[in-house]
Amino acid sequence: MNFKNNYLDIYKNMLRIRLVEEEIAKRYSEQNMRCPVHLSIGQEAIASGVMNHLNKEDKIYSTHRCHAHYLAKGGNLNKMISELHGKASGCCGGRGGSMHLFDEEAGIMSSLPIVGSVIPLAVGNALTIKLKKERLVSAVFFGDGAIEEGVYHESANFAKIQSLPVLFICENNLFSVYTPLNERQPSADLTRHAKSHDIKYLRCDGNDISKVNEFAFEAIEYIRKNNQPFFIQFDTYRHREHCGPNFDDELDYRKKNEVSFWFENDPIINEKNRLINDKILTENENKKLIDTYLNEIDEAFKFADQDSFPDPATAESFVYEF
Amino acid sequence: MNSSRNLTLSDALCEATHQAMKENKNVFVIGEGVTDPKAIFGTTKDLVNNFGVDRVIEAPLAENGLTGFCIGSAMSGMKPLLIHQRVEFALLSVEQIFNNAAKTHYVSAGKHSVPLVIRMIIGRGWGQGPAHSQSLEPIFSYVPGLRVIMPSLANDAKDMLYSALKEKIPTMFIEHRWCHYVTGDVKKSASKINLDGPKVIKKGKDITVVAFSYMIYEALLASEILEKFDISSEIIDLRILKPLNLKPILESVSKTRTLICCDTGFREYGISAEISASITENLFDSLKKPVSRIGLPNRPTPSSRALAANYYPTAENIIMEAKKILNFTDDILINMINYLKEKKPNIRADVPNPLFKGPF
Ligand SMILES: Cc1ncc(C[n+]2csc(CCOP(=O)(O)OP(=O)(O)O)c2C)c(N)n1
Repeated sequence: MNFKNNYLDIYKNMLRIRLVEEEIAKRYSEQNMRCPVHLSIGQEAIASGVMNHLNKEDKIYSTHRCHAHYLAKGGNLNKMISELHGKASGCCGGRGGSMHLFDEEAGIMSSLPIVGSVIPLAVGNALTIKLKKERLVSAVFFGDGAIEEGVYHESANFAKIQSLPVLFICENNLFSVYTPLNERQPSADLTRHAKSHDIKYLRCDGNDISKVNEFAFEAIEYIRKNNQPFFIQFDTYRHREHCGPNFDDELDYRKKNEVSFWFENDPIINEKNRLINDKILTENENKKLIDTYLNEIDEAFKFADQDSFPDPATAESFVYEF
Repeated sequence: MNSSRNLTLSDALCEATHQAMKENKNVFVIGEGVTDPKAIFGTTKDLVNNFGVDRVIEAPLAENGLTGFCIGSAMSGMKPLLIHQRVEFALLSVEQIFNNAAKTHYVSAGKHSVPLVIRMIIGRGWGQGPAHSQSLEPIFSYVPGLRVIMPSLANDAKDMLYSALKEKIPTMFIEHRWCHYVTGDVKKSASKINLDGPKVIKKGKDITVVAFSYMIYEALLASEILEKFDISSEIIDLRILKPLNLKPILESVSKTRTLICCDTGFREYGISAEISASITENLFDSLKKPVSRIGLPNRPTPSSRALAANYYPTAENIIMEAKKILNFTDDILINMINYLKEKKPNIRADVPNPLFKGPF
């Protein structure tokens, strides 16, 4: 496969995610989305850059913070918004909520809310790929907190010893809820957790979309050629509270200069400015893009609003019947 | 022709695995020790020679990870058989079992399934001690979405393992180590059977005894003694603890109006407690006496055989419970116990009862 420098497409993808997330935040207080939400605002470049080099058939796995991954991989927007509303057309039929998004048609296999829990599932999918001789990649997204869980290390070791086509993507947003990385780990260099398992790795600024795009390409090419795991650390920052629609920097758990550094390093604003500078995009075209996406998002919320709730009589189905 | 041979239960399990792997190339076996010289008490013997290291995977020590790998591979089209030499090792993986194996089918509204079988083995005797001998089936039976199977008879074990590997329900297949030694007539070819619940393995009319796994053998011995004194007991092998199919038990208890339940694990909060509650809810007015529960006392398993004396319930305990329910005389009880002692003189508590070798 060739390197794809389709930066306008990637930008559009990021922008759409941002607008979906902001709309969720805006409407959250209406209390129609009655489930926890972990917004991806600030971290969109990673999802969009990595997905740029994955095919529809490639598999991805995600966490509680799964909206960006779901949308970037091509997950159905209506099914996502309906799921957040607990409605029948939701991807889980209202059984999962925002932390369980999946869309098998887009290769989005599973998102799970228990930290670290999804990592071995992606490795298991890579085992299937190996045993069935499919030429696919299984990619798993997780945070700097998840890498502290034993199951990450069990998964990395197994992926290496079994030569499995897995991409481990660690999004280091420097926090597990309110607890900073430096209170949890002796170093912010998380690639040491790849090194110790003899897995190839890269690390870069996850808000720099060109870097993300290049590194993702290099990693995915390596996996496809060698049938070996690969690990990337992307450093990034979440803009809003850990869980919920609001900003929470009044709580003072993040240093003011750190917050302003990362907010000024916004992947979407930076990329927009670059595209305009390079005459790939105009302000006017950008406005049109925003309008198109806002329309689409509004339709999705209307769809969810009009969608019916699942029939209570079906609450018992799918425990044992197949 | 499906002729039978006299085999141990562990050989029967090995044959079931062979057959399942031969018939379906998506079945693979994974676990710590599956290719080692002891081959999980002989139950994975020769598998690696026949099917290769890709399908018989010697695993690193990573129980939670392994369970997750199996779930991910099951969701994407494989049929894994994961094996733990002791139930306790699976405790490191209850996160994956409870949150992912049990719930994926439900949460995905039926779009994903996890056709995974996990075999785990309960140890007993010869100083196994507190962390290598626990019967933890109640904790797995607690969670909706899992199936829990505990075999007692060799051919049935073969058919149940083979059938579980053909189905999609995530299945906890819990084996008592002492059942591995028991022999029975085992058919050459395993059959796909319905895994739909308890079976009456001995007909009777005076008292119903529900047991499973190793306790089936204590129940059969107790039944033989009771029979010598004209008391006829009906023995139900529970086989599938979850989902619990009460129907055969209700039918039997409606007839005998009595019930003794035997656990291999702790008496408190055990499988018997669940059955007792359900039977009481359904047949309160028919019961002659309260349901009686037999299980381990409320303390860990000591290693020393001196401390382990009287720890494990036996046929004698079943006979004593029968006396409480049926009110036969003290003389009869003494005669029964003497008869039992004659039958199995001086058995050590820390080795399998030699009477239970079969064929059953
Ligand atoms: C096993 C487990 N422990 C704790 C939690 C509570 N929890 C939910 S998200 C989270 C933070 C995880 O941090 P990280 O993996 O870095 O992801 P982020 O939220 O930063 O995207 C915690 C502790 C959980 N869901 N699961």
